Amino acid sequence: MADLLLDIRNLHIEATVQAPGERPHDIVIVDDVSLSLEKGRVLGLIGESGAGKSTIGLATMGYGRGAIRLSGEVWLNGRNILDGGLRELRRLRGREVTYVSQSAAASFNPAKRLMEQIIEAGLEHGVGSRRELARRAVQLFDALGLPDPENFGLRYPHQVSGGQLQRAMTVMALVPEPDMIVFDEPTTALDVTTQIDVLAAIKKAIRETGVAAMYITHDLAVVAQVSDDIMVLRNGRMVERGTTDEIINSPREEYTRALVSVRSIEHDEKGLTDTPVLSTHNISARYGKGAQVLDDVSVDLHPGQTLAIVGESGSGKSTLARVITGLLPPISGEVSFQGRRLSPALSGRSKDDLRQLQMIYQMADVAMNPRQTVGTIIGRPLEFYFGLRGRARRARVLELLDDIEMGPEFIDRYPAELSGGQKQRVCIARALAAKPSVIICDEVTSALDPLVADGILKLLLRLQEREDVAYLFITHDLATVRAIADSIAVMYRGALVRYGPKSEVLSPPFDDYTDLLLASVPEMKIGWLEEVLSRRRMESAGN
Amino acid sequence: MPMVLKLVAQRIALGLLLLLAVSVLIFAGTQILPGDVAQSILGQSATPTALANLRRDLGLDDPAYIRYFRWLWGVMHGDLGTALSNGQDIATQIGERLGNTLFLAFWAAVVAVPLAITLGLVSVRYRNRWPDRLISTVSLASISLPEFFIGYVLIYYFSARHQWFPSLATVYDGMPLLERLRAIALPVAVLTLVVLAHMMRMTRAAIMNVMQSAYIETAELKGLSAFKVIIRHAFPNAISPIVNVVMINLAYLVVGVVVVEVIFVYPGMGQYLVDHVAKRDVPVVQATGLIFAAVYIALNLIADVVAILSNPRLRHPK
Repeated sequence: MADLLLDIRNLHIEATVQAPGERPHDIVIVDDVSLSLEKGRVLGLIGESGAGKSTIGLATMGYGRGAIRLSGEVWLNGRNILDGGLRELRRLRGREVTYVSQSAAASFNPAKRLMEQIIEAGLEHGVGSRRELARRAVQLFDALGLPDPENFGLRYPHQVSGGQLQRAMTVMALVPEPDMIVFDEPTTALDVTTQIDVLAAIKKAIRETGVAAMYITHDLAVVAQVSDDIMVLRNGRMVERGTTDEIINSPREEYTRALVSVRSIEHDEKGLTDTPVLSTHNISARYGKGAQVLDDVSVDLHPGQTLAIVGESGSGKSTLARVITGLLPPISGEVSFQGRRLSPALSGRSKDDLRQLQMIYQMADVAMNPRQTVGTIIGRPLEFYFGLRGRARRARVLELLDDIEMGPEFIDRYPAELSGGQKQRVCIARALAAKPSVIICDEVTSALDPLVADGILKLLLRLQEREDVAYLFITHDLATVRAIADSIAVMYRGALVRYGPKSEVLSPPFDDYTDLLLASVPEMKIGWLEEVLSRRRMESAGN
Repeated sequence: MPMVLKLVAQRIALGLLLLLAVSVLIFAGTQILPGDVAQSILGQSATPTALANLRRDLGLDDPAYIRYFRWLWGVMHGDLGTALSNGQDIATQIGERLGNTLFLAFWAAVVAVPLAITLGLVSVRYRNRWPDRLISTVSLASISLPEFFIGYVLIYYFSARHQWFPSLATVYDGMPLLERLRAIALPVAVLTLVVLAHMMRMTRAAIMNVMQSAYIETAELKGLSAFKVIIRHAFPNAISPIVNVVMINLAYLVVGVVVVEVIFVYPGMGQYLVDHVAKRDVPVVQATGLIFAAVYIALNLIADVVAILSNPRLRHPK
């Protein structure tokens, strides 16, 4: 094929890792993966964490994080780049292949102006003069919808929002006129409403410049919008490869089918009861002397039900959780539990109040003491609230492990020996151990892969059924909300914009913000992005 | 950028306050020392009447706080008092010696600071390989040896055996610059060896810390050479800790050179201080103490200000 750009043959990547207290051993990150990419085409690499997709992306530039060993062949523009030395690799990095990372906020040097960083690779490789490159950058700023394109490059990274930085990084990748760009989860860290703009910008840039791209993500719905072909990876091996249409609409492999049909949860909304178990009344709050982050928020949580709090980052949803738990006393308003007023500050609450309200966090990793075993972690609330010790405590821990579908052998393991999903399950067991009436779940599935998250949600629903525990479920993910909520509160900039039973909140007529939020959730369907964008254009033309 | 100005003004005000506090400490410290100025001027055989008269003349009968303010007032007007041992004006005596000390410190810094930072950068570039190990070993060895030892070894080799440099760093007024530099070559070498390791290792550590950042990976993926990555992308983000350690070492070059000055018989502040401590010349000790404190505070102030200015978030607020 004449226009073949990239041809990876039998790529095999190993690394030597050393777990604490163990001998160093080799692990295989990528196992015998072959793929090819023609000029001007977009290949989506999809898989869960640990599938080796980022590693493959970086391998196209001959780059590896940490001490990894590459073998096999990576043919780029007609030569095997793994044959050349570091000098050869440097010549292609930033020239033939450029890279857009997940977190543009961390990937820009905080001490330098954006323009200087954006034209740096082009200058280094002699693509053009400073002035030519800067002009190209300004054109791209304009094309990707960045504000004040002429002066945008004069800013420092901290002066620009996350979504803008992600677009600026795309510009940085485009300026040296590469043959291929590796996009490594470029929208994962963004809010859904921002994600859609960045996605549209990336797609436009690819289409207009005719650059080839490798688009890495764990979100099949996102990759369906931008790629021509999709390769599904799992544990470093290829599962299947096909055109986007084939993968989305007629996947061959079991695993791909599971990825496509994720969110299979059926949950019927429960009717409201007479007395809520937990209510907030006109809560307003702020941190220190800062700006107000919560404004007059009143919500009710009914026994055995799930209230989802939905919003973007900065909407105040986690702050609401802090107020309810007593970590942040509000400036006005109050929290009531089973009909009586709770002390605003943690120190004023009784041990039983504390027991009744438990929390599960987003990062299960940091929510557990790495030097305690699972048995100690789950056993601690048993001892603290119920005075269980010795054999009784152990028996109860085993029961709880059984509840979270983990075997008795886990009791003596340390958190580092568990997978992400298992860690979150242990945190659920710890919350459950206190026999609470309410569990506050703060983004508990956002750090997990879709299939694992699905399992956690199912577990939570089943436990709710049995224990009659109510969940205050904080999330930015509307798909999750659809799956498990009974009531929904949509928050925006600290205030409630929409609140009620799920069926009401999710049916029209919508307010503007909820409409935007709902329309921004990527759907597993080709052409969704264009539909949304054209609908938006029509709406703004109509106004 | 009013925010930066405010921060810098705050630092300067704090520095002045600190200096004032130090002056109280120095004054109080010399007050609780045993011995009596009048006694030490007149000697053991003085009559009680003569002692009382002298005390009254010197104002020693006044309460301590009045004497403190009298002293402070003088200091603020450039009057550091009179040396007891030889009756000369302290300010004039110190002026010349402080000049000598600063001259020595300046040249030691001119050699040591760029050398230390360059070696730090080279260490990061070849981290955990032989150049890094060699630099670490040699600089650690030089910091482990006491400075008088290094001083005498250098004197033995470069003056006694080869006569390339003078063993005594004698300088005088009107001495041509080149000759002056030749005279202080050996003390500069000793000082450089003493402060090099600390600055080099902190530079290395500060940059290594930054090398973990995602933007370093971005720079590497642009195809920049390792040195360019370090100098353009890592170094600007490590300036603040590096400047801090450089300033601490510069302060040492001014304040801590006593041993080196004694070895090379260099007419600087250190020698002067040692001489007058031995003679219990309290006004001189007070004056030099205050000057040393001022140097320390000023250099750390500069480090703070540079740290503020090197932070783009403070320089360019949203």
